[in-house]
Amino acid sequence: MTVAIDRATGKRSGERPPRAGRAGRLKHAYQKYWYAFAMIVPVVVVLGVLVLYPLAYGFYLTLTDANSLNSARTIGVNEIEATYKFIGLDNYADILWGETSYDRFWSHFIWTIVWTAACVGLHYTIGLGLALLLNQKLRGRTFYRLILILPWAVPTFVTVFGWRFMLADAGIINSGLESLGLPTPLWLEDTFWQRFAAIMVNTWCGVPFMMVSLLGGLQSIDGTLYEAAEMDGATAWQRFRHVTLPGLRSVSSTVVLLGIIWTFNQFAVIFLLFGNTAPEAQILVTWAYQLGFGQQPRDFAQSAAYGMLLLAILIVFTSFYRRWLNRNEQQLAI
Amino acid sequence: MSTLDTPPPAVVTGKPAGRTTPRRPETRRRGEVSRGGALGSHGILIVASVIALFPVAWLVFLSLGPDKDDYLRPGGIWGKMTLDNYAFVLQETNFFDWLKSSLIVSLGTTVIGVLVAATTGYAVSRMRFPGYKKFMWVLLVTQMFPVAVLMVPMYQILSDLQLIDTYFGLILVYCSTAVPYCAWLMKGYFDTIPFEIDEAGRVDGLSPFGTFVRLILPLAKPGLAVAAFYSFITAFGEVAFATTFMLDDEKYTLAVGLQSFVSEHDSQRHLMAATAVLIAIPVSAFFYLVQKNLVAGLTAGGTKG
Repeated sequence: MTVAIDRATGKRSGERPPRAGRAGRLKHAYQKYWYAFAMIVPVVVVLGVLVLYPLAYGFYLTLTDANSLNSARTIGVNEIEATYKFIGLDNYADILWGETSYDRFWSHFIWTIVWTAACVGLHYTIGLGLALLLNQKLRGRTFYRLILILPWAVPTFVTVFGWRFMLADAGIINSGLESLGLPTPLWLEDTFWQRFAAIMVNTWCGVPFMMVSLLGGLQSIDGTLYEAAEMDGATAWQRFRHVTLPGLRSVSSTVVLLGIIWTFNQFAVIFLLFGNTAPEAQILVTWAYQLGFGQQPRDFAQSAAYGMLLLAILIVFTSFYRRWLNRNEQQLAI
Repeated sequence: MSTLDTPPPAVVTGKPAGRTTPRRPETRRRGEVSRGGALGSHGILIVASVIALFPVAWLVFLSLGPDKDDYLRPGGIWGKMTLDNYAFVLQETNFFDWLKSSLIVSLGTTVIGVLVAATTGYAVSRMRFPGYKKFMWVLLVTQMFPVAVLMVPMYQILSDLQLIDTYFGLILVYCSTAVPYCAWLMKGYFDTIPFEIDEAGRVDGLSPFGTFVRLILPLAKPGLAVAAFYSFITAFGEVAFATTFMLDDEKYTLAVGLQSFVSEHDSQRHLMAATAVLIAIPVSAFFYLVQKNLVAGLTAGGTKG
């Protein structure tokens, strides 16, 4: 019965394993696609109008030399027509291998990769460590958990300002370092320390989410597995390696993907920490913003082109990530 | 002051059930920690808690100092603590305008997002229609849009429509992320509602839409709440679009208004700290009320088939 349906439609045989008792309803659903379509229409319309149209328009802009001087604009009562012209793929060529493309694109690209890898790595390891500690029977662990969630509970734009006070030249961090006789770096001025500070702040902001997610994952691991492992004489490390980590796989693969996407696109931390003062510490997202909105004249075309490149990078990455998961027989379900 | 940040530990519920059954009382039980291990764990957790707490506590402390450069001489604050900054922010600045803007924009986004996305979440949870996979892929891809992708075209389109500097314009922009996001979250929640309920509805002669409205929607309230909360928080904390699209300082959202203390008013950091605390307290309180459901809601879509 089910097989027949699958053959009849010629697809989605492997998508959802047919289960007993479902066949009838599945068939029913297939006959009534129109319900499904009617239900997704609102979102399709919104996506079309608010996402795909702007995206297509943005792509068109990347093929022009639009900036704030030649776009349509209103000055007082005068309407000025747009005068930008079509220049094909020149923007992309210029960004990727034009003169100074290293300083404008590749250096930021490398820093973005380092930033993402460092942040997600720290988020995950610290989050996992804390989750393991909180998963023990320990006095006051609920209390610890509530405090440790705090960085997540406060809006990023608020805490980043708190960090700015602390990282300022004579702020508490440098005073503390000085009293310990340690060097006091210029956190908000020196490129290396800017990057260091950005990673530190973002790590602080991002750990609670990982911790809570992984704690949820840990609590869903079947306790008898640990008992069996202990019976077999597995050491603590072996239990961690062969029971805990595999048990966390599906949660891990999801939160790591989310973490990578969020960190790659993290705008608020770097934008609010440095504003316009740190060209070298900008990741691609904030750099694209700077081109389009943080300078005069605003370079709309190049900014949009950066946006398209960023999206392309993420899509390619996610496709590979999913394929890699599938090869390892893990499901992300997305 | 830290009482503001740490809710009472009375919320102790939801310990994992199965693992703690006392089976062999004479030995150390599963998950219980040796004395040394416990000390070590407490040590690490206390350090981590201090690190988590300190930046926020420090902000609260600085907000009590009356001078704009007190953050460089924190020792002096002890002698002259005052709530003047708060009084000033509440009475003399546009704080309430900003709060109003933030609430209008965030609530607008939330309502539209949840309403528009609810049926879609249901459809992708229950029905396998042609184009299903592609549709899910589009939903996922829109979640990874960097702000930079839509920023320029949205700016152009909104200025063509004269929607720059309007609440509605900003709501529209936020809906571009909130709608797919909500659909995604709600799919995860609908997946946890047994399919048998739908079947029962069908047997009783309800149409798929009727099943959804009469049976599933009432059951899905917690899921809707999580989606609503997420879109609210996301819209509330958004910085890039709000900075660029809101020009009138009475229409600033809180995220933009907070920045204006530094750029325009000659770095009035003491006022900024007070504003930051005023924003952080209600949001964090709200967050603590719902945090249990958040992660479940977010990862449900990703970890369940």
